[in-house]
Amino acid sequence: MPDVHSLVNEFTIKLKKRKIEGSKTTAKQTAELLRSVISQQRIPHTNQAAALIDAVKAVGEQLIAANPVELAVGNIVRRVLHIIREEDLSLATAAIGGLSLSAASDDEDDAEQDDHPVLSAAAVAAAARSTLRPPSLQTLLEDVPYSAAVPHNSSSGGDSEGKSKSADKSSRSRKLKHNVIEAVNELISDIATCHEQIAEQAVEHIHQNEVILTLGSSRTVMEFLCAAKEKKRSFRVFVAEGAPRYQGHVLAKELVARGLQTTVITDSAVFAMISRVNMVIVGAHAVMANGGVIAPVGLNMVALAAQRHSVPFVVLAGIHKLCPLYPHNPEVLLNELKSPSELLDFGEFSDCMDFGSGSGSPLLHVVNPAFDYVPPKLVSLFITDTGGHNPSYMYRLITDYYSADDMVVQRRPAF
Amino acid sequence: MECSPRTPRIGFDEAILGNTLHHFRAAGFNLTVASGAKKARGISGKAAGTVVEVANDLPATSKPLKEKMSKSERRALQESQRAAKAAAKGGASVHEQPGKTLKQPSQKKDGPQVTSSVAASEKKGGDRPPEKDRKKDVPPPRMQFDDKNRVEKAKRRAVVKQTEARNRVELFRHLPQYEHGTQLPDLESKFFLLDPMHPAVYKVGIQYLAGDVHGGNARCIAMLQAFREAIKDYTTPQEKTLSRDLTAKINSFVSFLIACRPLSISMGNALRFLKARIAKLSATLAESEAKASLCSDIDRFINEKIVVADKVIVGNAVTKIRDGDVLLTYGSSSVVEMILLHAHELGKEFRVVVVDSRPKLEGQALLRRLVGKGLRCTYTHVNAVSYIMPEVTRVFLGAASVLSNGTVFSRVGTACVAMVAHAFHVPVLICCEAYKFHERVQLDSICSNELGDPDVIAKVSGRMDVNYLDNWANKENLQLLNLLYDATPSDYISMIITDYGMVPPTSVPVIVREYGREHLLI
Repeated sequence: MPDVHSLVNEFTIKLKKRKIEGSKTTAKQTAELLRSVISQQRIPHTNQAAALIDAVKAVGEQLIAANPVELAVGNIVRRVLHIIREEDLSLATAAIGGLSLSAASDDEDDAEQDDHPVLSAAAVAAAARSTLRPPSLQTLLEDVPYSAAVPHNSSSGGDSEGKSKSADKSSRSRKLKHNVIEAVNELISDIATCHEQIAEQAVEHIHQNEVILTLGSSRTVMEFLCAAKEKKRSFRVFVAEGAPRYQGHVLAKELVARGLQTTVITDSAVFAMISRVNMVIVGAHAVMANGGVIAPVGLNMVALAAQRHSVPFVVLAGIHKLCPLYPHNPEVLLNELKSPSELLDFGEFSDCMDFGSGSGSPLLHVVNPAFDYVPPKLVSLFITDTGGHNPSYMYRLITDYYSADDMVVQRRPAF
Repeated sequence: MECSPRTPRIGFDEAILGNTLHHFRAAGFNLTVASGAKKARGISGKAAGTVVEVANDLPATSKPLKEKMSKSERRALQESQRAAKAAAKGGASVHEQPGKTLKQPSQKKDGPQVTSSVAASEKKGGDRPPEKDRKKDVPPPRMQFDDKNRVEKAKRRAVVKQTEARNRVELFRHLPQYEHGTQLPDLESKFFLLDPMHPAVYKVGIQYLAGDVHGGNARCIAMLQAFREAIKDYTTPQEKTLSRDLTAKINSFVSFLIACRPLSISMGNALRFLKARIAKLSATLAESEAKASLCSDIDRFINEKIVVADKVIVGNAVTKIRDGDVLLTYGSSSVVEMILLHAHELGKEFRVVVVDSRPKLEGQALLRRLVGKGLRCTYTHVNAVSYIMPEVTRVFLGAASVLSNGTVFSRVGTACVAMVAHAFHVPVLICCEAYKFHERVQLDSICSNELGDPDVIAKVSGRMDVNYLDNWANKENLQLLNLLYDATPSDYISMIITDYGMVPPTSVPVIVREYGREHLLI
């Protein structure tokens, strides 16, 4: 236990100090941390799932508070919670349906999928769905009374189940933890391979002689463009440098090294150039449930310019960037202000930034936000590792990966 | 260039001859061609330097010969028609401008300027210039740098040796792009060779080249003042008329300045005014009087078209600033700065957001000055403009030029700011003196633009950590594009504040037509 604590603390501090950059690294490390939390967690004989969920929520709450802007942390916490619930449910339903446990464990590959092919009993499947998700059209059509799901409802449901199924208690306790860790491992490998998954689709979207514009640098975008290049497409790329971090230079260097025709432009020249561009391809920081994008600063401007010239605005995002929350005032609330030193030389302007000007506020403010919010209406297409999606479909995609109970990650008050 | 072998110079002679011929024909004086040609040859023989420079602005004016013939004929016809008309209307125009109608035919040799000036005087008399006449006022096509032959010719004549940038962007092949930093020492070594170059003009050219003088107004004023100095020191050589020789001289200065940095549209307009004034000088005027009149014309232009115009604009714009406003500006515009300072002096309570962008970071200098005067400022970069826009109530922007389709041609990034402001329903006010209006139309930022030094794209000043492209500038696949201007579509613009008042962008062609063509002094 203590080593988990120290791990959590270490990670929290890193998040607070913003030492970890990029949603992918954050997601991966969060998942790994949660895996060790789960494996270290002692499991009581009753109500195992609830115990795991509690433990994960406790850690998750801490991590999310450490960097509320890095939505990937919350996403992964919710994903893990979802995994625990699903595994618990599949074990429970397996027991109910009288199916062998081995069959259920085979099922873990599909744990995140929409359907559970192994569990053939329609009523069981419907019950599972209605527990995990809000009532969907399918459940309504199948005419399964919604009340059937009530006993399974997490806190009390898990409790009663645990008591009733005393027979296979011991085997289940080990099984659940094992299954959950397996599933989390799979999640980690999913995160690791999301670039390749997305890049595989590159040739379907890039044609010969295309002119592509991107801003800043995103690993996903780089892999995507390089994948298209490797498949013998020849096209040109305009890279806006992405002030104040100038990651565009890094991207340009990488692309030039792979033999792509690359032109570096200033961010201010985006509007001038966009009329000659066929497609804008950018990475994202997070994708919200409404299809809006939290993206590196400057992309809202690019998206507006693209809309003006009817240029498709394509966002590449790994599934770990999907956030189940709906944004409220995201420009401010889901943003982060970076150091002014990236914009202004402190030495030159230090005299203007002090509080000495009578009214108590400094004359000069320097604003250096890290993110932009791109509303869903400006996005033409999302390309995720599961394929291309419309912004309007994002809310539905999200219900495949998260359970409705976890929208608010907060530990329940002690019973 | 002067030391070059004989053969290319013959080419120049022919070129200058062609040019002169064209001028004479264009003015409709076929009879004087022979003598004119002789004169031209005489010039070229005497001062090789002058030839080189006069020839320099050839590409701008020379057209295929065939076209010229028909054109000159047409012009001659119009000239006679106009003369008839003027005779009919005679009374009024003579009344108003007794001095100007005295002009003698031999004075007219700069075709377009003269015809338009005649048109202007007619307009004063209450007559519209004929439709065809207006067509001729369309400026000659600019040099297209993707035309290999032309470029080759121009290069051989060039005063300033320029090395072309290696990795040019395909889309911008038609624009000149040179490696910066190589011309300065070259120019310095040439100073004594360029004997007809006036030191004031030379100084301004170097200042353009080094970037010490920037901004549409500052560059225009610097150029005009240098020309005034040059005119003061000018003496008409033997056997030459002042107006013709001076025009040639000015042309050579201009081609030198262009070699240093392409002219802005405002400078082009000022130049047109100056040339028209020179052409209008009556031949009976003594040299000293003519020079004095030109100098006072230049002073009046600077004063009325720039200084007073700015005051009018400031006075107009200040009425649009209310207490509690948050005003956003982009880059550094001299007139916007005046507006902000004046509003502050009037005691208005407002906040300024200065948006800036690489590579020039002109906003920092503006910020420094505003903060020094005690204005409350917020500074940010162009990417964050969407973040800051919700709190902004007005956007004040400067412009390099306003084109007659309402497009605002301005520092690159202005379009982005205007677009975001439009998306957030914040009014965009363009502050621009009317002398910068131009009858050209443009839809995008690509057909006509200026390319800056590409190297500054790779090097981020003040950021040692950004050095990813340090040794990559010469890679074949990598191009660095440093656009200097962009075109803001007129639908993003709520209002243009100019010295003729506050007008919508749709009124720009009206102003160009009514006032702009001749830059009539008030």
